[in-house]
Amino acid sequence: MATVHYPEAEFGDLHRRLFILRVGLLLVVALLGLRLWHLQIREGPYYRDLSENNRTRLVLLEPARGLIYDRHGVLLANNVPSFSLYVTLEDVKDREALIQQLSNLLGFDPTLVRKKMTARGSKLLPRKIKDRMTLRDAMLVESNRLDMPGVMIQVESQRNYPGGMTAAHLLGYVGEISADQLEKPEFVDLHQGSIVGQYGVEKSYDRHMRGMAGQKNVEVDALGHEKKAVVVERPQAGNDLYLTIDVRLQKVAEDLLGGEYGAIVALDPNSGDILAMASRPGFNPNVLSRELTAKQWVEIVQDEGRPLNNRASQGQYPPGSTFKIPMAVAALETKTMSPSSTVFCNGGYQFGKRVYHDWKASGHGYVDLHNALVHSCDVYFYTIGQRMGIDVMAEFGKDFGLGKATGVELPSERSGIMPSTAWKQKAKHEQWLPGETISAAIGQGYVTVTPLQMASLVGTVANNGVIYRPRLVQAVMDRTSGNLQELPAVPRGKINAKPETFRIIKDALADVVTKGTATRAKSSMVTIGGKTGTAQVAALRTGPEENIPKKLRDHAWFVAFAPVESPKIAVAVLAEHMGHGGAAAAPLAKEVIETYMKLAPQVPAVTSDLSSVKRSERSAKDS
Amino acid sequence: MIDRLTEHRGLDSFDIRYVALILAILGIGVLSIYSVTHGQKGGMAPYYLKQLVWIGLGAAAFLVMWASDYHSLARFAYPAYAVILLMLVFVLFEGRTSKGAQRWIALGPFTFQPSEFAKLILILVLAHYYSKAPRVGWLQRVIVPGLLVLPGLLLILKQPDLGSGLSFVAVYAAMLLMVGVRSKALGFILLFSIMLFPFAWEGVWGSLHDYQRQRIMAFVDPGYDPGGKGYHALQSKIAIGSGELLGKGLYGGTQSQLKFLPEGHTDFVFAVFAEEWGFLGVLVLLTLFVGLIWLSLEIASKAKDQLGALLAVGIVAMLCFCVVVNIGMTVGMFPIVGIPLPLVSYGGSATIMTMAALGLLLNVKRKRLSLFY
Repeated sequence: MATVHYPEAEFGDLHRRLFILRVGLLLVVALLGLRLWHLQIREGPYYRDLSENNRTRLVLLEPARGLIYDRHGVLLANNVPSFSLYVTLEDVKDREALIQQLSNLLGFDPTLVRKKMTARGSKLLPRKIKDRMTLRDAMLVESNRLDMPGVMIQVESQRNYPGGMTAAHLLGYVGEISADQLEKPEFVDLHQGSIVGQYGVEKSYDRHMRGMAGQKNVEVDALGHEKKAVVVERPQAGNDLYLTIDVRLQKVAEDLLGGEYGAIVALDPNSGDILAMASRPGFNPNVLSRELTAKQWVEIVQDEGRPLNNRASQGQYPPGSTFKIPMAVAALETKTMSPSSTVFCNGGYQFGKRVYHDWKASGHGYVDLHNALVHSCDVYFYTIGQRMGIDVMAEFGKDFGLGKATGVELPSERSGIMPSTAWKQKAKHEQWLPGETISAAIGQGYVTVTPLQMASLVGTVANNGVIYRPRLVQAVMDRTSGNLQELPAVPRGKINAKPETFRIIKDALADVVTKGTATRAKSSMVTIGGKTGTAQVAALRTGPEENIPKKLRDHAWFVAFAPVESPKIAVAVLAEHMGHGGAAAAPLAKEVIETYMKLAPQVPAVTSDLSSVKRSERSAKDS
Repeated sequence: MIDRLTEHRGLDSFDIRYVALILAILGIGVLSIYSVTHGQKGGMAPYYLKQLVWIGLGAAAFLVMWASDYHSLARFAYPAYAVILLMLVFVLFEGRTSKGAQRWIALGPFTFQPSEFAKLILILVLAHYYSKAPRVGWLQRVIVPGLLVLPGLLLILKQPDLGSGLSFVAVYAAMLLMVGVRSKALGFILLFSIMLFPFAWEGVWGSLHDYQRQRIMAFVDPGYDPGGKGYHALQSKIAIGSGELLGKGLYGGTQSQLKFLPEGHTDFVFAVFAEEWGFLGVLVLLTLFVGLIWLSLEIASKAKDQLGALLAVGIVAMLCFCVVVNIGMTVGMFPIVGIPLPLVSYGGSATIMTMAALGLLLNVKRKRLSLFY
């Protein structure tokens, strides 16, 4: 009873319609099959590629930076483990929320984090947000990582300078690559967040020390969590540097300067090896290699003492009377003076309407070249300067390496100025005035030099005219091959002067110490030859030294070499605003020389056993 | 003797090919769910085990439906529809919210999705309505049943559950076409539809939730923003396409294993299967579905009476619609609407309802073979 039967026609209709439904179904399924064939067979490889890229993230493995040792294998820079926080933007769902989370959790500065996140760079590559995190902070992040997709903690090596401020200007410091640096071709392999040397040999030898980054293909899920590492290409450690400095001597030199501003350079005249190069005030490269806040950075940059300035290679000062050394060579070589011919010094030199004073108002009487150097007679040099003219002086000055960079392996070396008529025309668009020659003759006026140039100059005299390029790095140890590549000493040339000339000059310089202006440098241990200098800061001097404000007081110079008979060390000391060279600078040079002579007997021949010494020490100190 | 004959015929109607097809498809579903979720941690029971429980319950529902009589079931169609409508109202106010939609009623530790069961009840209602009397004229054939569909449809769209809503419309349309609509009536429907389209568009588009609109927009061009609106569609296409001919093997589907593909065990389970088993696997699954639908259509065409035929047609239409739309959306042919793949996707309500519907289909066949009615 329940069913109502319909005419047969109605049912037949149903059959017809069901047939249409079947055909329609087959058509639709065929369409789906076609689509699937298109996706899986025709475009399959394309989608396979997409899926491969989908699941892998490239993680760069930072290489261990090369280590730095002194000439005896004492460790100066190494790497210690530290925690860094990375963020992969692609995996971050809500950037602002993450910034908030990080600043709440770890006290990060939100603006700094935001700046890092918005900086240019790939969204797929993790970018460093913070380094040198404490273990506690790293653990905090790890335990909250599930709430912060895209965030990861990496253990990395952090540059460490065990000596703290020792040799800071030489070693330099490292830091994250800047946007400008990234544009340069020499940094082509690097990426945002890479650590590169920013100063000192860290910068000049960065290419050797930075090594090669490795790669890790990490399979991640859609939330950015690492599932497993797929491919690992090991990072290649950077090469190690062996400096020429003796860190013990370096420390002595730095301590001698103490709280004063100035520089001490000691080098081996026979090779140009820099044994010590101190500059004060200094800085702690450990602090600078960390991420600095803007405030910290401003504090360092605006410090009146300019601690980042390496006074030894970047400080340009009038050489004062130390300039008399090349002048004396010039006078003899040009035969302007014979060794025995004399000049009468009455304490002043009349030129035109002006009188140029000698430092000794009463005058030195009749002086020959020897005595002019020993007592630093200004009038003698006024006279010979006037006779030679500035261009001849400049020629000799340039032969000694003045007015041009020494080529030491340190960034931003300054060249100083060796003036000439051509130089003045070019630089000032003015004619050279004859009176300026007289100032230049005693190392004042336009003449400026760096302490490094003066150390090289006195070393050249000690070496009878052979000039070496000052050398800071003696060898590079290839980390992968273990080969020690020595960088040979590079002679830059020879001063074209008779050996007799150098003998006369060295004699005089020895007497400067024994009975001249630098008796305070006299040593009971070793014979020392040297020359004092006082670089005027203010042209007019009124009253005694003590009444003059410190920053207007003269710079004290002393350049020296020892032992006089067979020189092993050449030293230049510059003490800013410390007055007369003989009083302020000479004792420091003596200390440095004596220290070196005490150390010297223990010094093994520099390169012969270097590799064996370094290798054994490397294993102990490497980290 | 009569009873024995009935029994015998009844067992005969338990078509072994039909059941084998269902079991094969269910097996593929469990395998795929297992593959996506096997790595899942947490205290919950694993999804595949829960799905096995649903299948067990579904099998019970299947047997009950198969053993019952669809004529007596049809008599309860209207009251059942009233109950399910009340449940849908209840869901709106008290339902569990998940992913921005209120579709579930909590039953102790389980949740229950009335909209799934509403589909089956709607089939019963419509079949009952059309077979009760010769419905003539477009008012009786189109408008009245339309009014029957409307409350359920609106309540489901309000949840919002676009997928179930569309299934409702599909069932209605399929039944309408099967009873036959005279061309005049069809003409009127078309005319009214066109006239009402601007208002309807405004009403439909305006009432859509943001994510629904975004999905429809993303359908137009999924490639333009892989991380954004088109994300599901693109990841699904990558999953399926990267399966190539032979697939990446069990657990090998990186798209789903690494969670790039969302909803891998529910709406996008087909993509998981296609990624791991490739084009060949897909062909097998499609063949199984076509086979099942073919047998179902066979039952519909051989039904003893119009009620049986209409029930069978309604169930087949629902099955076809779900299979085609689900696969269509995973391969990027349709916009993404939340429709599970019948018998494959994880989900209690959908699995039980689908198996119950298939049991009812078999019941239609059993009654045809039954001599004594």
